[in-house]
Amino acid sequence: MAMKDKTIDAAPVVQTAGMPRLHKIIFSLLLAGLIVLPFFVYPVFAMKVMCFALFAAAFNLLLGFGGLLSFGHAAYFGGASYVAAHAAKVWGLTPELSVLCGAAAAGVLGLAIGSLAIRRQGIYFAMVTLAFAQMVYFVALQAEFTGGEDGIQSVPRGDLFGLISLADNIALYFFVLVVTFGGILLLYRIVHSPFGQVLKAIRENEPRAISLGYDVNRYKLIVFTLSATMAGLAGATKSQVFQLSSLTDVHWSMSGEVVLMTLLGGMGTIFGPLVGAAMIVTMQNYLATFGAWVTVIQGVIFVIGVLVFREGIVGVLSRWLKKPL
Amino acid sequence: MAIALQAKGLTKEFKGFVAVNDVNLSIEKGTIHALIGPNGAGKTTCFNLLTKFLQPTRGTITYEGRDITQMKPAEIARLGMVRSFQISAIFPDLSVLQNVRVALQRTRGESYDFWRSDRILSKFDDQARQYIDEVGLTKFTNERAAALPYGRKRALEIATTLALSPDMLLLDEPMAGMGREDVELISQLIRRIANNRTVLMVEHNLSVVADLSDRITVLARGEILAEGTYAEISKTPEVIEAYIGASHD
Repeated sequence: MAMKDKTIDAAPVVQTAGMPRLHKIIFSLLLAGLIVLPFFVYPVFAMKVMCFALFAAAFNLLLGFGGLLSFGHAAYFGGASYVAAHAAKVWGLTPELSVLCGAAAAGVLGLAIGSLAIRRQGIYFAMVTLAFAQMVYFVALQAEFTGGEDGIQSVPRGDLFGLISLADNIALYFFVLVVTFGGILLLYRIVHSPFGQVLKAIRENEPRAISLGYDVNRYKLIVFTLSATMAGLAGATKSQVFQLSSLTDVHWSMSGEVVLMTLLGGMGTIFGPLVGAAMIVTMQNYLATFGAWVTVIQGVIFVIGVLVFREGIVGVLSRWLKKPL
Repeated sequence: MAIALQAKGLTKEFKGFVAVNDVNLSIEKGTIHALIGPNGAGKTTCFNLLTKFLQPTRGTITYEGRDITQMKPAEIARLGMVRSFQISAIFPDLSVLQNVRVALQRTRGESYDFWRSDRILSKFDDQARQYIDEVGLTKFTNERAAALPYGRKRALEIATTLALSPDMLLLDEPMAGMGREDVELISQLIRRIANNRTVLMVEHNLSVVADLSDRITVLARGEILAEGTYAEISKTPEVIEAYIGASHD
């Protein structure tokens, strides 16, 4: 009986292949909203939200669909931000190439760390990812090119494809919109691909997936690398927005923040991480006057969120509407 | 008759405890072979050794003449030897159709394609529906697997296994925890799928396997006590004493 109750409560399955109409509508409305947004709110703030939305969505690919809790995603986010800032400032690359350099570096880093971390499960997996992320943090603190405590400052915004100046906030905004929205759509595709289907099977029942003949470790490594790359794309883009990459981006608290965003919004949902990221960034922005109290307020909201919406805001919404979101 | 799966001198020691001791097994092709024994006899350990979920301390395992002792579980699955689990091994959050498709997808490749739409998976739908029909789950096709009653979950598990077109099935207590109706349903299913396949099943309850299996091996305290047809082993005094007499339920 207890089991039956659980099945009625759980979120529904996606039945039809391809993108359901509801998702198409939400993505269209989101895009339309984002196109007009910079004319109503401060563009830099909006860009920050988008970067974190991509970061949380990338993290959710690993946690929500791969079933792997990484506690070191700051390494890819921050690492890519340093590489992109360095590429733009020292090598003088154009913004799009700098961002790609950052994402690629995060991918390589993810492949290396992931290949070691996936040998362990559960809490040990999380600890291994944290340990490596701390190593990346200390490299960022000590290495020459990262500028230690100062970070890499006054990164030039450059010209897109060497043609269009991104010095203007609105121009930059649309570059960031294309990168992050494209990134989120790519993540959507990964989740709804043949690969994504196997990934869900592994998350649901790993021994069974093995007994069907799947090399689960290869799938885990691929999803880890993809997640790290997309987290890197977010971090690299952020460094172009703020013209800065600093220790904050590689600090362990950044790894914690992305967990918070994903859980608050709803892990394993498509739109949850976006909602979670928007909420946390907005909160940090508007509560900034409270100083150190921000973290306390965040903590309280998180506790309430977990108690009231155990599956996250979008997770609960999805259950009410009986539609996957 | 040809031998499908063979184990020689199979031994598994856990720290200071021998769970399986020098077990020799030969499973003939195309037969239903049952491995039975009371609780703690080492059936499940033995089963996990044969399916490579555990690595034996000593001994060799060959499948179709090939040494599989050092292989990984996913590798032997690809050789056509597929196992089931004691708890029903399904993917609860996927639909019945998707469960079966996951198996079909593996044998056809493309499973690493993360850049393609899952729309391409619909080409497996017709085939998946055939397997679903075969186990009598037609009207549950689009249901969440978790919502199925227990016996149906086992049926789904079998449909998924069949979708791999395995030559050999290893079933871990397929009737555990089932009511009489479900036991009948699954027995029939096993008999049907064993038509052109080899089946090795682990069972706790002798009466369940009595008329289902061609050969029965009785394990007790990690060692083989008797082997033969039901008629043969049920007359063996050791078996009556250690197994039937002791736990006659």
